[in-house]
Amino acid sequence: MRLATTAITLAGVAVIVFFVIRVVPGNPIAMMLPPGATEDDIARLSALYGLDKPLVTQFGIWVAGVMQGDFGTSITTRQPVLDLVLGRLPATLELSIMALVMAMILGGAAALTGTRFRGGRTEGAIDVANGMALSVPDFLWGLVLILLFGVLMPVFHISGRVTPSLELPFTTEFYLFESLLRLRFDLWVDIVSHMFMPALALAVPLAAIIGQLLKQSLKETMNLDYVTLARTKGYGETRVILREALRNAALPTLTLVGVQFTFLIGGTVIIERLFSYEGLGNMAIDAVINRDLPLIQGIVILFAVIFTAVNLIVDLLYTVLNPRLRHG
Amino acid sequence: MAEERAVDGRSMVRRRAGLRLWLSAGWLTLLCVVALFAPWIAPKDPLAQDLFLGRLPPFWVQGAEPGYWLGTDSLGRDVLSRIIHGARVALMVALVAGTITCLIGATLGLLAGFLRGWVDMVISRLIDIWMAFPPVLFSILLIAVLGPGLWSIIIAIVVIDWTRFARVVRAEAMAQGAMDYVASARVAGRGRLGTMVREILPNVLPTIVVLLTLEMGIAVIVEAILSFVNLSISTDDPTWGGMIAEGRTSIHQAWWVLVFPLVTLFLTVLAFSQLGEGLKDRFDPVLR
Amino acid sequence: MSFLSIRDLSVSLKKGPPLLRRVSLDVAAGEVRGLVGESGAGKSMIGKAVLGILPPSIEVTGGEILLDGVDLLRLPPAQRRKRIGAVAALIPQDPLTALNPSHRIGPQITDRLVDILGWTRADADRRACELLAEVQIADPDRVLRSYPHELSGGMRQRILIASAFAAEPKLIVADEPTTALDVTVQKQILKLIAGMQARHGTALLFVTHDLGVVSKVCQRLSVLYSGMVVEDTSVADFFAAPRHAYSAALLAATPKYTDPSAGLQPVPDAVIAAVQAEVAAFDRGAAHG
Repeated sequence: MRLATTAITLAGVAVIVFFVIRVVPGNPIAMMLPPGATEDDIARLSALYGLDKPLVTQFGIWVAGVMQGDFGTSITTRQPVLDLVLGRLPATLELSIMALVMAMILGGAAALTGTRFRGGRTEGAIDVANGMALSVPDFLWGLVLILLFGVLMPVFHISGRVTPSLELPFTTEFYLFESLLRLRFDLWVDIVSHMFMPALALAVPLAAIIGQLLKQSLKETMNLDYVTLARTKGYGETRVILREALRNAALPTLTLVGVQFTFLIGGTVIIERLFSYEGLGNMAIDAVINRDLPLIQGIVILFAVIFTAVNLIVDLLYTVLNPRLRHG
Repeated sequence: MAEERAVDGRSMVRRRAGLRLWLSAGWLTLLCVVALFAPWIAPKDPLAQDLFLGRLPPFWVQGAEPGYWLGTDSLGRDVLSRIIHGARVALMVALVAGTITCLIGATLGLLAGFLRGWVDMVISRLIDIWMAFPPVLFSILLIAVLGPGLWSIIIAIVVIDWTRFARVVRAEAMAQGAMDYVASARVAGRGRLGTMVREILPNVLPTIVVLLTLEMGIAVIVEAILSFVNLSISTDDPTWGGMIAEGRTSIHQAWWVLVFPLVTLFLTVLAFSQLGEGLKDRFDPVLR
Repeated sequence: MSFLSIRDLSVSLKKGPPLLRRVSLDVAAGEVRGLVGESGAGKSMIGKAVLGILPPSIEVTGGEILLDGVDLLRLPPAQRRKRIGAVAALIPQDPLTALNPSHRIGPQITDRLVDILGWTRADADRRACELLAEVQIADPDRVLRSYPHELSGGMRQRILIASAFAAEPKLIVADEPTTALDVTVQKQILKLIAGMQARHGTALLFVTHDLGVVSKVCQRLSVLYSGMVVEDTSVADFFAAPRHAYSAALLAATPKYTDPSAGLQPVPDAVIAAVQAEVAAFDRGAAHG
């Protein structure tokens, strides 16, 4: 049942994006050719890219191609869309996952500290910080971080994935991963210092959501009978929170985090642009500006697939982690 | 156990709610006033360029020029005046886009949540599809289609963000629809649409209002992002996002060109959001 | 020398009304003491105070709780916790909420043995098996590996009882352990608790509103009204001839299987008024005192 709805969703995305971008004014072919190009040149290239055929036919051709793994050719770079897109995907994935991990650590720490010291000023301070982090989107945090750590205290890099002068011995585009696997820690540090700011900008709003929800959940769980029973056994407050309450409180937070993670991934579009990070999002913006229709299509579909995959994984995780559902 | 929590929470939240509301409402009112009277309040012409006065620092830094309180950008334009005029675009987008998104999204959400059946199925499916698009990308795409301009931005925001209202309102309408007072209204002979409007809507209204303030903040951000990527309004009228884009490039030489519009934007978004939070606490029946 | 000695314990809501009014009682080693009273009389509160699990909104305002000679209330929190954990245990009221749904049964019995008392995992697991057998659970290995939601309420209560006896505590507080159970199961569980108490020689503080239970299990009892002890006597004496008017009324109000034709006899208003006057007098005295 889930697969059916997923398929419909993806199909819907494909259709919408296909027809929407073909309404885009501005002929991409014309934009590509040098100023002296003739009408004939334009017509020839348009035919080459199939842009002269009726819309529905174009869609049919595209779908047929997709079934065989051919997502068309980029108009601006003349390369297959699939290659381009998969080439940039690892960068965005690494960034998103790094942001997710940071968000979980920050949010988790905030929630646990707030619960451990609840009722006092510590909790109040955490609530205020949380509220602010929640209200401001990743774009603004990115700019703030650029100001703070790019200009004021230049600790981290604010541009690119890696220092340009470095020689990279990688075979895949998973820089972060490969540098670890190859034990090239010098490269790894360089890469992390480039990724830290954009990942943090993406992480802050999600961390706030996690912090708030988890703390709420924890406080409710702390009132339950089994927690009280644990206290009589001699366990201290911190032990009780971590051992008894955390697992049960974390479960409801999980589903929300899943949805919010997809928003985070969506945020990579502007954050990558802001930090000149060579990922999918950055390429997407250029694609739109250059009216590279096949490329736009490919990127949007890929994002949709990623979102759907994340949702499925979250559902799966939930079933695995909740003992009650496992034994049904 | 439960009472003690409520007693602590109630007084704490009430105190916070009051302060939050006043501060955010205050800032937003100030902004409205400034935006309204911009041509009279702004010290300089926001579009006036003077290359001899380029990159002047704010008034407290050495090398500043009197009259250019927050400094100038690389083309010699007064930062303060540009910020003041930028408020016009920001607020215009916030109010118009926010309201229209609210109306469309909330209506669809109400219909889906209350009428259920195939209406709900179609709308829910639409929401799912919509949410599979990365919002920023979608908005950039739409602007490319619609061309630059104030109304393009407004339409883009409405088209992309109606789902925010629809989802929440749908859930609330469904919850309310299951309640007894609705059943009694129907038994008393009210038609479906009538029930929806007269019985459910008032109970869902607080949520809608809170979301509306949130949406306004989001609209301001979207406009800023679009200006940043150079796809906003077509004229030379200053926008906060555009200023930020310029500031980003000259960040090491003239930090003030980035900082001041950023701070204004930051405070405005914060204000909208806190206004929403404050209203939410006010509306919370537990605290009334 | 009693194992548990509560002297003039007073407890109240923070900045609010008193919940326990100078309660005093003793429990000798191996003795079963009943705490009876209507809902809200404060009997649970006493058990919670002894075990150190009073809710955050409630505080101790006076008195001492001597556990094996040491006043728990004068100890720093960490030490108090450890001491209580080592010699005392709780049999909670509701078996459906007292077990952590995310953990299997085994760890929930062995945790205190391994973490607090330093047993080896192997020893602890063996002990858990023995305990489950003692509470008459068939197939203990399977049960130890199960999650709480897979087991019935009665089974879970047996597990909680087993868990309470795990570290050979000298004192167990049983907080209305049969109230949340089916009537058919109550009797079994009661017999089980009584049996285990006798076998292990554990002192038992038995909180209940059911006088019938008291007559079967307890040797001494305290009757509470509004946080005040109105009678403290042996069970035999109590059922023969209660001294306080309220106690007598309680006895009379208990429906008797032996005489079903006798109508229900609620506690008379006069008696209530009298005992409330006693409470008021106490409060006046405390205010001036």
